[in-house]
Amino acid sequence: MEQPLSLTRNTAGLPTGRLGVWWLIASEVVIFGGLIVSYLMFRVAHQEWADQSAHTNTWAGAFNTLVLLTSSLSAVLAHQAAQAGNGKKAARFLRFTVLGGSVFLVVKAIEWTTEINAGLTISSGMFWSFYYTATGLHGLHVLAGMVVMLFVAADAAKNKNLHRVENAGIYWHFVDLVWIFLFPLLYIAK
Amino acid sequence: MAGNNPPEATHASHPNYVKIWGVLVVLLIASVAGPMIASATMSGHVKTAFVLITAFGIALVKAYLVAVNFMHVRVEPKIVMFIVAVMLGCMVLLWAGVAPDVQRHQGVNWDNISAKEEIKRALSAGAKHAGDGKAHEGAAH
Amino acid sequence: MSTTAETAIPVEHVHQEGFVRKYLWSTDHKMIAKQYLMTGLVMAILGGYAAYVFRMQVAYPGTKVPGWGLVTATDYNALVTNHGSIMIFWVAMPLLMAAFGNFLIPLMVGADDMAFPKLNRLSFQIFLVSALVLVASWFVQGGGYGGSWTSYPPLSAKAEYNLTPLAAPLWLIAVALEIVAFLLGGINFVVTAMNNRTKGMGLLDIPIIVWMIVVASVLFMASVGPLVAGAVMLLFDQLLGTGFYDPAKGGDPVLWQHLFWFFGHPEVYIVLLPAMGIVAEVITVFARKKLFAYKTVIYTAAGVGVLSLFVWAHHQFVAGIDPRMANIFSITTMLISIPVAEMLFVYIATLYGGSITFPVPMLWALSFMAEFLLGGVTGIYLGAVGTDVYFHDTFFVLAHFHYTFFPIAIIAVFAGITYWFPKMFGRMMNETFGKVHFWGTVISFNFIFIPLFMLGVRGDHRRIYDYTRFPDQMQPGMQGLREFATIAMLVLLAFQFIFVANFFYSMFKGPKAAKNPWKANTLEWDTASPPPHGNFPEGFPAVYRGPYEYSSPNRSDDYWPQSAPS
Repeated sequence: MEQPLSLTRNTAGLPTGRLGVWWLIASEVVIFGGLIVSYLMFRVAHQEWADQSAHTNTWAGAFNTLVLLTSSLSAVLAHQAAQAGNGKKAARFLRFTVLGGSVFLVVKAIEWTTEINAGLTISSGMFWSFYYTATGLHGLHVLAGMVVMLFVAADAAKNKNLHRVENAGIYWHFVDLVWIFLFPLLYIAK
Repeated sequence: MAGNNPPEATHASHPNYVKIWGVLVVLLIASVAGPMIASATMSGHVKTAFVLITAFGIALVKAYLVAVNFMHVRVEPKIVMFIVAVMLGCMVLLWAGVAPDVQRHQGVNWDNISAKEEIKRALSAGAKHAGDGKAHEGAAH
Repeated sequence: MSTTAETAIPVEHVHQEGFVRKYLWSTDHKMIAKQYLMTGLVMAILGGYAAYVFRMQVAYPGTKVPGWGLVTATDYNALVTNHGSIMIFWVAMPLLMAAFGNFLIPLMVGADDMAFPKLNRLSFQIFLVSALVLVASWFVQGGGYGGSWTSYPPLSAKAEYNLTPLAAPLWLIAVALEIVAFLLGGINFVVTAMNNRTKGMGLLDIPIIVWMIVVASVLFMASVGPLVAGAVMLLFDQLLGTGFYDPAKGGDPVLWQHLFWFFGHPEVYIVLLPAMGIVAEVITVFARKKLFAYKTVIYTAAGVGVLSLFVWAHHQFVAGIDPRMANIFSITTMLISIPVAEMLFVYIATLYGGSITFPVPMLWALSFMAEFLLGGVTGIYLGAVGTDVYFHDTFFVLAHFHYTFFPIAIIAVFAGITYWFPKMFGRMMNETFGKVHFWGTVISFNFIFIPLFMLGVRGDHRRIYDYTRFPDQMQPGMQGLREFATIAMLVLLAFQFIFVANFFYSMFKGPKAAKNPWKANTLEWDTASPPPHGNFPEGFPAVYRGPYEYSSPNRSDDYWPQSAPS
């Protein structure tokens, strides 16, 4: 299927793909925003959550933040390489980002397993309901970002569609941003 | 808005990404260490304030660094900033409209009895098996 | 990238496609628009059927309804719930936003397709799946979902209240999928209109309908997010035993109402704006007059969009919300009637002094303005806290929002279909049948809902399925009005068969349409009817002026296409 010719236009001043990613992010901001606003209101109203949230593993959360920050770094380095026209290098960086995403999910899975084994499930309290909902929704976005990155990397390795490297990267940074806020909300402010 | 720049003309120069990453990691360490120092050395409102500032203040700085340096919002056309700002504004609006009902458990002529009972129940249940001493003070109220 | 470079590249036509590729897997925006159109119309039939069954039950309680049988209380709940959900999510949205948006935006901005054709296809496929999940939910054990389209917990969260344990999560999943489909569609609409405009088309040369669909898409994206999060939370309440909305577990049912109406009220304007856009296109063409105050309409539409985010809690005046907040929301609700009224005045000013003719699309457009006005005026009573407390959950509320939604989702859609039918299918519709259908529909519509206003004022409660079970609530004369409204509805439904016949007959046997049968200015009339793959085979048109230059004194023709070099 050939691309529409009108795709080559950019009357708004930025490439169509990137504009699309920004709108996607805009619609995600309100999805996570709705969840976080709900969480915050309950958090302020329920001091008993302090007991529940004391059981989250700050070290696992901090390690995962480090992993995501590092994967964001390699995503932006991939963009730099792609702009220099080096598709192979961009693909390597992207795959490193995907590796970071996998480490993140593995750590998350171990956390969940430990917590569930300790009897802290999604229905053992409102804090835990929010904890599993928010991290689960975020995890799905990490997974989606990884899948997209793999496709983009496969293309980039053949020096095809290099502009997509940046678009996938912007999305990945957004997922990183959400985690930057979820981390203090769920792990630090106890 | 109606410029016809070639798509790749915008971000010509790249900042030193590794350096920015280093700053982010330092901030991360500070945001973990801050609350720990606070709970070891402070108490009461000072501690709460310190925890909130280190946790969320640093999160805001980190978010700013990622948005500006990794997502390049500064060199994007203004419309991008505008779109995201509008969406964030909607969230503030949502909070402002809902908080009077959900963030409080009593108001003019109303009283959320079941929520208060649940808090009482959960607090006494939590006190029973609260092995770590830091349980009660962290929340904002 | 310049337009000359674009036209130099030959448009390739690889168009010997099989059935699946053409009708189910197409990325052509025109085919996707038709898919949305057909799915929306089929869902409208299902929604109309549900209305038929429960109105028969209200008018003749306890008798067997032809085509259904005995209506039980659970049936009644399921029918009402699904009627509401279908008409909003699976009729108004796909028809007004997706069908017209997909068909018109690329043509009107002079592009060969949407910005993201594959995303567009995915959006329709997700939408189709959502419709199928909804239909499937009627056949699971316990029957269709009976928690009302607003789905308030605890009614929606607990199976022992809504009595439909299986259909409740299915309904929620269907709605969530539908929202995802329209988020993808909305991104596509906005990006196409922002980035893919043809040479010469500045922001103030874009036809109003495109502006309206873009504003509505942005409004949708800005308001629906919290509901997506809220729907996930409700699903977990239903399936996993969480207590987000359960006070006994520390949750709060009012939170759902807020999350729902934070989207639910802007939704009214999300479908209103495209309807207003259709009316703007139609009245300018058939009054042969320039749109009065083009810029004002755009600013007003944006103003309506912003204000509509500030009014949601007027649905919750009796829900125990903070009374001070109720006052604020009451004021914002009154305020939003100003820009909406302004738009209607602008349209009336457009008509003033025009050379008006009355073909079918114009009749629909004019009746939209009249009927929607009634819907807006009756909303004043409901926006004021004092009266709303008494009118809440009566048939007055129901009649009010049908006076807004029927003009939006039915009347404006008919205006759009009859106006763009030649462009969509390359043939003209029959005018006589169109006029019979128009008068039959509009007159019987008023005969349905004016009695319901009267019933509502007398306190008729909209959720009681059989008043004979509540003899103390029965007042003399009320059953007669219920029967009258139901008979009017039967008449209205009967007239729709004329439309269906006209639609399909004209699609295959109607007289062939010329390029520009209405002598309109916008770019879609610049290419063949129906447009071929790639839309503009002779090269993309350039734009030289605004879309509403009718009866210009500088020109002998009374229209001046946007693409005509002066």
